[in-house]
Amino acid sequence: MIVAGIDVGGKNVHTVIVSDGNIIAKAEGPTGIKKAEAAEQFYNEALKQAGLKREDVERVVATGSGGKRATFADGYIADAAADARGVIRLVPSARTIIDVGGEEGRAIKISAEGKVLDFAVNEKCAAGTGTFVDTMARALEVPVEEMAKMSLQSTRSIPMNAQCAVFGESEVVSLIHQKITKHDIARAVHDAIAGRIGSVARIVGLENDLVMIGGVAKNVGFMDSLKRELGMNVVTPDDPDYVGALGAAIAASAGVLEEEVKAKVVEKETIEEGK
Amino acid sequence: MAETKAVEFWRWPETSWVNPDIDWQKGQLITAGVDVGSVSSQTVVMVDGKLYAYSNTRTGSDSPDSAWKCTNMALEKSDLTVDNFDYCIGTGYGRVNVPMAQQTITEIACHARGANFMYGPEIKTVLDMGGQDCKAIHCDDRGKVLKFMMNDKCAAGTGRGMEVFADLIQIPVWEIGPRSFQIEKEPPDISSTCVIFAKTEVIGLLEEGVPENEIMAAYCAAMAHRITELLNRLGVEEKFAITGGIAKNIGVVKRLEEEIKTKSAEANWYDPDMRDKGLPFDTQIAGGIGAALFAKAMLERGKAKSARKA
Repeated sequence: MIVAGIDVGGKNVHTVIVSDGNIIAKAEGPTGIKKAEAAEQFYNEALKQAGLKREDVERVVATGSGGKRATFADGYIADAAADARGVIRLVPSARTIIDVGGEEGRAIKISAEGKVLDFAVNEKCAAGTGTFVDTMARALEVPVEEMAKMSLQSTRSIPMNAQCAVFGESEVVSLIHQKITKHDIARAVHDAIAGRIGSVARIVGLENDLVMIGGVAKNVGFMDSLKRELGMNVVTPDDPDYVGALGAAIAASAGVLEEEVKAKVVEKETIEEGK
Repeated sequence: MAETKAVEFWRWPETSWVNPDIDWQKGQLITAGVDVGSVSSQTVVMVDGKLYAYSNTRTGSDSPDSAWKCTNMALEKSDLTVDNFDYCIGTGYGRVNVPMAQQTITEIACHARGANFMYGPEIKTVLDMGGQDCKAIHCDDRGKVLKFMMNDKCAAGTGRGMEVFADLIQIPVWEIGPRSFQIEKEPPDISSTCVIFAKTEVIGLLEEGVPENEIMAAYCAAMAHRITELLNRLGVEEKFAITGGIAKNIGVVKRLEEEIKTKSAEANWYDPDMRDKGLPFDTQIAGGIGAALFAKAMLERGKAKSARKA
């Protein structure tokens, strides 16, 4: 059976075509402002890659913050459900999932059968998302991939005080003026966001095996910081940013066209009392 | 640093002023407050507790340099020099690095004291909307701090948040307030309170052809909403006054007043003489005023010795 999964994220769309459990084609690209069109475009691209037409696909399931705009899909499941299905297929020993994409940071506790047991998400504050990494890379005037590698060459940890990406930008500029090396600043940036992701993850509890997915999983600097932050090993499957789409496709093959998950939404407590 | 744009929309103009009616040579106590914030710095000079000179400048990357810059600017149109100061107090985020100060006092205390001087003893709640933080302060009729709450972790509701927006929409930051009222219909809601996520929403609205003024209205409303959260946590006791840079943005101020159902004190001097003379009322100098007044009080009570060199 041929099925498809469409993950319309805040920043990027990922699409996969799956045949008898194997990914036979995939496509990705920016979601942009017109989400429905982006979803169509990258679905068509994946189809073209597989040499298939829409009629050849039995079922399409969408996921992601913009997933409901993929009106051509047969169903829609929540991000956390898609992540769970995708991860348990790739890493059967997974019990905790951390998914950091462009605009959200999530932690999901799953059972051996891949059912979501607990789920916490930060979706209100850019500081715990890929956007934070992008913003800091801009402030350092290097591409994200380079900032990631630079962070591995750092020899010391400088604390980053700003919790907000807007203030973080000013802090990076000030650190540069203080003649802190870009390598050390890069590490400080990844340590900072790893700290925030760590707190979201601790809400659901850290149980082995820990699996990290989402675009930020490709950032070697972040992954290094995260392992240090959690003091645990973290597994990253290949193509970690496609796992959500894969999970949606797996739901499609199981005939699951609807799945919601209750979320613990992490509110950023920013108000301090004083006397 | 080379400027890449002809106009920088976030770069509000720096100002300074000297009181033409005061001859400092005839004064007894010359005190100064230097408030080095994360975004702006002010120096206020008082002669016997009367406002003599002030400056409002952008903070640079170096705190001591910023302190010198705003102090020199405050004094440039006068023959008064730093050596004539009897006592100088540093405050603000960069207060540990104010080279001309004899000591430092927290900005919370200085803002409350300064607001008391500017707006009068009836003020019980001060909202300071600064460059990178937002503070809600309860004070008594002498401007002493009773309780406060602060948000310094999130850009929403701060000057930086407004500067980022001005840059994005390419409108000078000082025009945003007035233009946010030049709208024909109510703006769409910006659901994100996060400045960065709001940025993405705004780009979307611009692409959809929503008029700029409406987008400004929506952003001011989002900011007012964020600030209301802080105020409601503390509780607003009248009279209520606003200090800091965003006090100059009527787009945020009016919407804030609507949300908390309380009007803020009129932006004018409590002192009738200062009001009659039409002396400039800059809400960003409250911290500096408070610091300069604390300096005077300390000298008068014998808690400090004059540091005057000339």
